[in-house]
Amino acid sequence: MNKDDIEYLAKIVYDRSGIVLTQEKAYLLESRLAPIARKEGFNSIDDLVSTLRGRADEKMAWQITDAMTTNETFFFRDKTPFDNLKNHVLPELKARKSAGKVRIWCAASSTGQEPYSIAMLLNEEASKYPGLSFEITGTDISNRVVEKAKSGLYSQFEVQRGLPVTSLVKYFDKVDDMWQLKPNIRSQVTFKQGNLQDDFTSLGKFDIIFCRNVLIYFDQPTKAKILERMATMMPDNGYLFLGAAETVMGLTDAFNSSREVRGVYTRQAGWTRAKAA
Amino acid sequence: MRSCLVVDDSRVIRKVARRILEDLEFKIEEAADGMEALTACRGQMPDMVLLDWNMPVMNGLDFLKALRQEPGGDKPVVIFCTTENDLDHITQALENGANEYIMKPFDGDIIEAKLAEVGLV
Repeated sequence: MNKDDIEYLAKIVYDRSGIVLTQEKAYLLESRLAPIARKEGFNSIDDLVSTLRGRADEKMAWQITDAMTTNETFFFRDKTPFDNLKNHVLPELKARKSAGKVRIWCAASSTGQEPYSIAMLLNEEASKYPGLSFEITGTDISNRVVEKAKSGLYSQFEVQRGLPVTSLVKYFDKVDDMWQLKPNIRSQVTFKQGNLQDDFTSLGKFDIIFCRNVLIYFDQPTKAKILERMATMMPDNGYLFLGAAETVMGLTDAFNSSREVRGVYTRQAGWTRAKAA
Repeated sequence: MRSCLVVDDSRVIRKVARRILEDLEFKIEEAADGMEALTACRGQMPDMVLLDWNMPVMNGLDFLKALRQEPGGDKPVVIFCTTENDLDHITQALENGANEYIMKPFDGDIIEAKLAEVGLV
């Protein structure tokens, strides 16, 4: 694939998802687009690109974008954020809000392991929070992974990464060769297709937002825009969970990093989005 | 260095498991069935046992039951590693004192993830 084609494809992906395909990631284009080219009846990726250049095809452009998203995830990934939720965030939240609904959003929830991990954790902790009810929303740009997430079906390989076997026994049913989360856990999570590039404020307000290992794919202005939009959807001191390699530093002053809990940020009290100069 | 007893009647599986666990800095002993494993444990209790289910002479579940009756036999972390992948087997293993459960086929990622669950890595 020549440099022009790589740049052309990178722009398609960037325009739709905000994902920046760096030169080092260009090698992924070949391996991920080859199956699409084959499926659509092209002899090669080069053929696919030249056809696309000649005739705008939004459906194809989205297929390409979808193929370039990263869906790597597993149950209780990195563990620490879930410990932080359990040991710090929930008790603190309870001190502030003893009754009512707590809304949690997993932004870029991929195939659903993160929101379902939270649902299992909340199930374990529920007796400590009798006045609170929890509502979890998962969104992802890819319809394909949203559908998989909704099904709650996972392969034997997927349920063995990060999930203790006691949780497998407690929360899953075996369905043929797959494992499916029980209805009481599935019903706690609502999945929707959603693009972080778009205005997602219609999702409502959230007390807790998980946005882990997502911002790393975006450029600085996009990161700042997404973080500030999230801030408008949270109450003062709402909680934002970022991935281990991510930070709000240098992007926005809408969040404070938590002194004792790494990777958890709180929405600055009274913060409002600065007006454009 | 932590020790692990790999119990499986397949020499190939023992070799694969040994390679993965040695990379994770375990010292490996091997046994080809439950009886050999029990003898090994009576000599010296390992920190962990990676345990197949279906084996000649003494199967994995019978070994586990016997192990837990031995002096100091409550100490080793026991992780089943078997093709038995239904809830009945898993439940039975847990009720008899298994700490974790791996459904074959396995790879390094799964072994490492399960060791993390039991606090060994």
